Amino acid sequence: MFHRESGVFKTSYAADMALYPLPIAKWAVAAFAGLFIVIAPLTLGEYYISILNLILIACVGALGLNILVGYTGQISIGHGAFMSVGAYTAANLVTHLHAPFWITIPAGGIMAALIGAVVGIPSLRIKGIYLAIATLAAQLIIEWTINHVPAISGGVQASIQVPRPSLFGMQLRTQAQLYLFLMFFVVLAIVGTANLIRSRIGRAFIAIRDQDIAAEIIGINIFRYKLWAFAISSFYAGVTGVLYTYYLGIANYEQFQLTVSIDYLAMVIIGGLGSILGSIFGAVFVTLLPILTRWFLEDYGWLFFSQGDLLNAIPNLRLILFGGLIIFFLVVEPEGLNRLWRNIRNYFRVWPFSY
Amino acid sequence: MRKVSITLAALTVLGFTGAATAQQKGEILIGEQCDRTGPTQIVGIRLCAAVQDYINLVNSKGGVEGFKIKVDEIDHEYKVPPGMEAYERDKRDGAVSYMIYGTPHAQALNQKLNEDKIPGTSPGFGISASADGARYPYLFPVAATYWSQGAAAIQFVKEKLGGNLKGKKIAYVFYDNPAGREAIPILEDLQKTEGYELRTFAVPPPGVEMGAQVLDITQRFRPDFVIDHLFGRSPSVAIKEYKRAGYPLSKVMGLVWASAEADIEAAGGWQVAEGYHTMQFAGAGDDYPVRQEIKAMYKSQGKEPPKEMDDTVVYNRGLFVAALHVEAIRNALKANGGKKPTGEEVKKGFEQIHDFTLGGLVPPLKITAEDHEGGGWVQIFQAKGGKFVKETDWIRAYPDVVSAAVKKAE
Repeated sequence: MFHRESGVFKTSYAADMALYPLPIAKWAVAAFAGLFIVIAPLTLGEYYISILNLILIACVGALGLNILVGYTGQISIGHGAFMSVGAYTAANLVTHLHAPFWITIPAGGIMAALIGAVVGIPSLRIKGIYLAIATLAAQLIIEWTINHVPAISGGVQASIQVPRPSLFGMQLRTQAQLYLFLMFFVVLAIVGTANLIRSRIGRAFIAIRDQDIAAEIIGINIFRYKLWAFAISSFYAGVTGVLYTYYLGIANYEQFQLTVSIDYLAMVIIGGLGSILGSIFGAVFVTLLPILTRWFLEDYGWLFFSQGDLLNAIPNLRLILFGGLIIFFLVVEPEGLNRLWRNIRNYFRVWPFSY
Repeated sequence: MRKVSITLAALTVLGFTGAATAQQKGEILIGEQCDRTGPTQIVGIRLCAAVQDYINLVNSKGGVEGFKIKVDEIDHEYKVPPGMEAYERDKRDGAVSYMIYGTPHAQALNQKLNEDKIPGTSPGFGISASADGARYPYLFPVAATYWSQGAAAIQFVKEKLGGNLKGKKIAYVFYDNPAGREAIPILEDLQKTEGYELRTFAVPPPGVEMGAQVLDITQRFRPDFVIDHLFGRSPSVAIKEYKRAGYPLSKVMGLVWASAEADIEAAGGWQVAEGYHTMQFAGAGDDYPVRQEIKAMYKSQGKEPPKEMDDTVVYNRGLFVAALHVEAIRNALKANGGKKPTGEEVKKGFEQIHDFTLGGLVPPLKITAEDHEGGGWVQIFQAKGGKFVKETDWIRAYPDVVSAAVKKAE
């Protein structure tokens, strides 16, 4: 990640395909793992860990959406609804069968994957903006169904209380415990995505994204792989929904409305389509930027506003700054934060002797 | 470059001094969520301004038992994750009570409030069953829940229609979300004993187009009375459509979120809405001493009273919430002998509130450890000649039916 090699010295295919091209790459990954898994929960305060928890949950959803949008080239504005499918599946399993999290999380994911695959069927005939509208319809239909079927929603309130997950008889209560719980699934999601993309299925996704007719000609079954893309992506969304449910202690359809789908799409586009690191950057950016702009405005806003106006100014300015920064970053680097990061690395690779 | 670093250094110093003054001794923190930029901003900008004004008023009069009160308001755009972040932040800063904003937020925070032992208020929204203090120990609806509102609406309609609802037709028009549907079970329960014919009409969000529903109501169902349970833009759209269909607005009543001045104005002004009945959980209008005190406070600072005060309904609700928090803290301080209270003590403070009326703005609440709703009081006002005129005193209706529903709810 942070290493740079001085040139290309690879002499075999094995060396070229190695996951860690240099030993330092391995060390960098180990250092990052140590930093985020051991040091962060021990040193940071509860409040900061709670922010990290929101980012971790967003990471899983963004990774899933990136499989669909970034790697397969399909679009979905229905991911908020897929999350709610996962959330309500898990909540019903917990309330009716007292299922533990290691059952509810895959179950929520599989249920979302099934529904996602059904929603993906139109993608076989339509593309681009038309597909976007079809998935939008799915979002609205799922929202309506959850809202109006008490068997799913658990009553008029459409919300189901869920106790925090327990591990070996211990209930995870504090933010630090939940952090480690969520981190486990984020690591799984990252490793899973990385391996998926290196596999036959992942290569087929990329072929479909680049040119679906060409992909079909070289023997890729477009029907199957497009549905796979929708199913896998929705699986991630369903898991995100279950993680949300455990984190908040409640499944509630108002947490998964259209704006959530748009937020996740924003994460993927800002972070960088078709990259794992980009998904993480996007999740961090979209979750953290409003918080950071508010910290900044709270400390320095009184330079520009009176105390009374400040309370009105902070939330509005925050939205303006948020929108402005998104435009700024996309203008500076249309391919997202991941590309920006790669450009910085490439610059320093030959620094100070660039030509 | 040097200039930049000097400015940065100066800004950092300023930042630190700002932080230092904020941590004065003897300050009690109340956490507050608000929505000034999201879908319910029409309420948020006024309600939250009122909270600040009331706290400033209390502090200008010397605070509570020697302590200054501070409210830390954080905007969450009506989204749940930023709301959780806001809560965690106020918790870190040592908030002893919390003003929740939004039904999904009340549900998401319920478990956390119990774990952290911080009392939270959800006036006029949230979980109706949380009126049961035994099951929801740290959640305080404080104002009438949707169930109490529905019951009060039926009692009011009964009085208006001559004391008997047998064979009368009542239409219930609701925003098609959980909050909108919540009153239906109570209306159905009461139907059994009162014998009216009830029909419900759903308005799909965002509720800006309801010509079809209103035609259906006024031309086909022809009810004797209409109860509107709508939010956001839709109450004003409904008023406009009733007017266009020629249905008398004196046979329409809005529950608490369909009853602000802003709704009347958006519907086309007071002459359009003449006769419209509105339900309030805090007094509407300008005739309360606390409002005059706030105006005097602004005048003494040489400022005009803020324009948010003109929307008396929502503004007064902000005063209501803030006053109850201050009162709970006052009770806590009295009970523990003047030490800085904990969340647990403030919770007990909430449970001691009774006969605190703030000059008629607050209903005769009696909050106890079992009843966190305080009785479920509402008042009905009517739009008449350019303002809301009081029609009833504080009323609570069918308490046995409502409490049976609270007991039954899971």
